[in-house]
Amino acid sequence: MDLKDKLISSFMAFENNVDVEHPVHEVRMAAIKNFEEKGFPSKKEEAWKYTSLNSIQKIDFSIFPKQENTIEYKDVKRYFLHEIDSYKIVFVDGIYSSYLSETTHDGVDICLMSSALTKPMYKPVIDVYFNKIASKDESLTSLNTAFSREGAYIYIPKNKMPKKPIEILHFSTGNEASLMLQPRNLVVVEENAEVQIIERHQSLTSNDILTNAVTEIYADKNAIIDFYKIQNDAANASLIDNTYIDQKDKSVVKVHTFSFGGKMTRNNLNFFQNGEYIDSTMKGITILGEKQHVDHHTLVHHIEPNCESHQDYKGIYGDSSTGVFNGKIIVDKIAQKTNAFQQNNNILISDKASINTKPQLEIFADDVKCSHGCTIGQLDEDALFYLQSRGIPQKEARALLMYAFANNVLTSVRIPELKTRINKLIAKKLGVNLGFDL
Amino acid sequence: MLKITNLHASVEDKEILKGINLEVKAGEVHAIMGPNGSGKSTLASVIAGKEEFEVTEGTIELSGEDLEDVSPEERAHKGVFLSFQYPVEIPGVSVTNFMKTAINESRKARGLEDMPAKEMLKLIREKSELLEIDRKFLSRSLNEGFSGGEKKRNEIFQMAMLEPKVAILDETDSGLDIDALRIVSNGVNKLKSKDNAVILITHYQRLLEYIVPDFVHVLHNGKIVKSGGKELALELEEKGYDWLKQETVV
Repeated sequence: MDLKDKLISSFMAFENNVDVEHPVHEVRMAAIKNFEEKGFPSKKEEAWKYTSLNSIQKIDFSIFPKQENTIEYKDVKRYFLHEIDSYKIVFVDGIYSSYLSETTHDGVDICLMSSALTKPMYKPVIDVYFNKIASKDESLTSLNTAFSREGAYIYIPKNKMPKKPIEILHFSTGNEASLMLQPRNLVVVEENAEVQIIERHQSLTSNDILTNAVTEIYADKNAIIDFYKIQNDAANASLIDNTYIDQKDKSVVKVHTFSFGGKMTRNNLNFFQNGEYIDSTMKGITILGEKQHVDHHTLVHHIEPNCESHQDYKGIYGDSSTGVFNGKIIVDKIAQKTNAFQQNNNILISDKASINTKPQLEIFADDVKCSHGCTIGQLDEDALFYLQSRGIPQKEARALLMYAFANNVLTSVRIPELKTRINKLIAKKLGVNLGFDL
Repeated sequence: MLKITNLHASVEDKEILKGINLEVKAGEVHAIMGPNGSGKSTLASVIAGKEEFEVTEGTIELSGEDLEDVSPEERAHKGVFLSFQYPVEIPGVSVTNFMKTAINESRKARGLEDMPAKEMLKLIREKSELLEIDRKFLSRSLNEGFSGGEKKRNEIFQMAMLEPKVAILDETDSGLDIDALRIVSNGVNKLKSKDNAVILITHYQRLLEYIVPDFVHVLHNGKIVKSGGKELALELEEKGYDWLKQETVV
């Protein structure tokens, strides 16, 4: 049985474990129908031209973990931003771990999707927001919607700001030979409210893991959201991340994606600017080696006038790794005075590495400022000579230059401890100790 | 200390240096002057080991050791320093952290442990005072957004930190106003000793009023066409380079 058939037949088993009378279940049923019609995307589709899901579909994934698995905090501490205090929503093999988590209902709700989807007190929020901005057409989003049951639920009411950042962590233990996870997150930030979220998927095993995640983010007027995605997963872990962001007037949303690991990663990051004077920022650092593959697909839809979007993705590709950057910007006819900037710079440090980069601009308004630029290059030989002439060996000099190249993206990271952590990850990933305190 | 014999160097099969002979002894200051395109910067880069240039003939020796096949970083470890005409910007790496890395790499090459943090701070303080460099300046990203003068002052600060045997200053005076020129020259003069040597590469005589050379060489078309004392620089300033060109033709 291939993965698609297995998923569809598993849906019946899934229905035995959820409340089929709840209105959300109608959404799930429509979604499984869409997935059944469309199936997994193939390379024949333009959006999947450079990323193949063929080999993944041959793996016999367990759709549900057989048992509840536990892990000790000391064994996973390093995956938390433990230098600072944070709220934590932690899942082990897709099941919520109350032992590792720290949730709250103190003025804000930082808790579980499973509660939000079943308890009446959350129904007003679910009715308004659940599966509203997420695509009903895209098959992998539909697949996630069909199996939506667990994930992070974050609700920040008007004028509120949680006391500390929120960490969402997904661990997989390898107790199944291979496991598919489908977390579903909902983040609602009301007027003048603010939140900082760090999300990480971490496999603790060499077994195959496939995560197909959907996150819906709603930023109401003047809301501020910082979302950091750390993708530094184990060699046999693959991730399809579908993130949908709805922004209202004067809201500011920044998404940083740090892709340093995993087997195959696909990021579908979609911004919809449903208001004026909105600021949307997408930044990414990708550092790959071996046969790793990362595909960044961004979309910014400028629907109203006077908004801005900023995209800055840097990539460093070694060994036989491959990268994709596809940045789509749509500016509607009424979205005058739009400023849309897009930048994608790449360095290939191996002859076998490759990157496909493509800006895709569809501009229907006439009074706009849009710029895009992509570069693919090697390191600057003059800069290399400069460092070497100061006594820095070539290998370290190369690392230092790559570090400098990527570092620019970090200026907008607003959690200093996270910035330090990412800096260290970059230095480690580049394989040298640069000998200075970051 | 530095002995260059019949040095020929090419880039992409174009010969730029066509037989340079130069001996620089410890304690000496040499100035190399010449018109644009005469090969001055190439000579500086070749001494520092830039791989883009191919040495086709001749030798460069440092304290009797042939530098052929010695990498730029190893040359730096042995005491060669080049102050760049156009220093490179390195975002995200502060001046201090860059110097720490450079010094400790050099120590590592000599089999020494990292310099203790306290000692490093003391050294940085001492040398930055010498160049009248503000403490805040040291935490800025290396050369990023620096003015022309700040870049050059920072180059000499690096020289002060690394204490080379032979320092080559490539057009260090260009882009400097009179105050900056005074500070930079003053720094170089204080760093000069009987155990090291300085090679000044310059287009103008101006710098030589501040750092007085023992010898002046005129480079033209890849060769040293004339050598003399400091008075040669004044002669060049007066007459320009044209008379030399004619003289060599004759």
